[in-house]
Amino acid sequence: MALLEVSKLEAFYGQTQVLRGLDFSLEEGGITTILGANGAGKTTTLRALCGMVRTRGEVAFGGAKIAGGATESIVRHGIAHVPEGRGTFVRLSTEENLRLGAYTRRDPQAVGEDLERVFQYFPRLKERRHQQAGTLSGGEQQMLAVGRALMMGPRLMLLDEPSFGLAPNLTEELFDILGAINKERKVSMLVVEQNASLALAIADHAYLLETGRIVISGTAKEIEQDETVRKAYLGY
Amino acid sequence: MELFLQQTFSGLAFGGVYACMALAVVMIYQATDHLNFAQGEMAMFSTYIAYTLITWGVPYWWTFLLAMAISFVGGVLIERVIVRPVEGTSVLNEVIVFIGLLAIFNSVAGWIWEYTIKPFPSPFPKEPLFGNKFVGTHDLGVIGVTLVVLFAVFLFFRFTPVGLAMRAAAQDPASARLVGIRVGWMLALGWGLAAAIGAVAGMLVAPIVFLEPNMMGSILLYGFAGALLGGITNPAGAVFGGFAVGVLETLVGAYVPFIGSELKLSFALVLIVAVLVFRPSGLFGFVVVKRV
Repeated sequence: MALLEVSKLEAFYGQTQVLRGLDFSLEEGGITTILGANGAGKTTTLRALCGMVRTRGEVAFGGAKIAGGATESIVRHGIAHVPEGRGTFVRLSTEENLRLGAYTRRDPQAVGEDLERVFQYFPRLKERRHQQAGTLSGGEQQMLAVGRALMMGPRLMLLDEPSFGLAPNLTEELFDILGAINKERKVSMLVVEQNASLALAIADHAYLLETGRIVISGTAKEIEQDETVRKAYLGY
Repeated sequence: MELFLQQTFSGLAFGGVYACMALAVVMIYQATDHLNFAQGEMAMFSTYIAYTLITWGVPYWWTFLLAMAISFVGGVLIERVIVRPVEGTSVLNEVIVFIGLLAIFNSVAGWIWEYTIKPFPSPFPKEPLFGNKFVGTHDLGVIGVTLVVLFAVFLFFRFTPVGLAMRAAAQDPASARLVGIRVGWMLALGWGLAAAIGAVAGMLVAPIVFLEPNMMGSILLYGFAGALLGGITNPAGAVFGGFAVGVLETLVGAYVPFIGSELKLSFALVLIVAVLVFRPSGLFGFVVVKRV
């Protein structure tokens, strides 16, 4: 059975409908990416899954129906959302930001181990653990956001434009780490990216979103070969 | 010199009370971006509850704790039942609800307990400690109790997961929800804590200003002044501001002849205006460092 099963998902900002009935599913342990142009509804898809916008339709996560729930209840099922803009608590320290990720957990020992693990993935965060998080660079804040998500001990990570605003070498490093987290921690991932070639390189499944509808779906390899995708999103 | 020390200690005692009010105001301000104008009347109401408990024969310190607990629950209920429906609708809605609360608490207190001035007991002995000439025992007690309460609040926010979650919820509600924090309840908890801290202020100042429904009016004003002076975005700053306003106000009243005790309250207003004009973020207001 799929980890995440989405059917007829619609999302609205006020009266404006942004998602027009999405059907897709996510296998446990995999990395799936949603591609699409600006305004296609990628970010909204992630926000809809977390109950951050008004939705209609069904979402089942690990067999539990989560659509229509409050954000704070949905994420407690084991969904960690790394939001657009990173959502850093700028006036708290780096370590406090990370500890907040583990807010709902009641296994202090495992939390401590996970904190060490985050510091292994992102040594920079350890150097800056007592620093006010707002003073971290963009790249460090992105690492902090991923680290905080990891602290939730999630089954699924939703990543919104993780490469946004990062230098190319940092982006590459971050995606390597995401790949490692996926393999070592068995965390499934749903990645939204403008940088299609980057996303396809790490993903095993991909969906193409156009004006709130899924127009193409398949394995990352198939999508990479697809003529329209290549022309419109990969640029060759 | 003797007069100076006496006035300073007396100022510090009032300052402790203002610091509590300032902290209560700041806690709600941080979570909602609005000043709770009803904070003073809530504290006054708590003090009346304490008064009733004492007339029932409950020992003072049990009364103190019970009144704090009742105020905490009351604060949570006010947020859940009355404030929540208008939260995030518009500034005007929220401020009107705060002013409505102020009016309601004031009249209900007058209705239940009448407007006649009542004495409120102090738990501290009348004789000055060690026979000193500078500071009354009640004043010392007020300074001590407020410091203990403020320190406890500091420890709570700094070192407990719930305190951390409350700070996170106040700073960035959307991100807080994403890590599973029930933001609505954190707000309610903030109201409860603010009400309990206000109760402390009310009970400590009541023996000095006496118990009556309007007792907290000017004290809340000094609390606002303290919060603004210290920086309304910084709880520790607000506490400092509260103490500073207490001392300044007493010294100005004692040494500047034309101010005396009649114009002391205008001093708070002048201070509020001055801070807003010259340094709106207060002495220790947070300047958030942001890099993108």
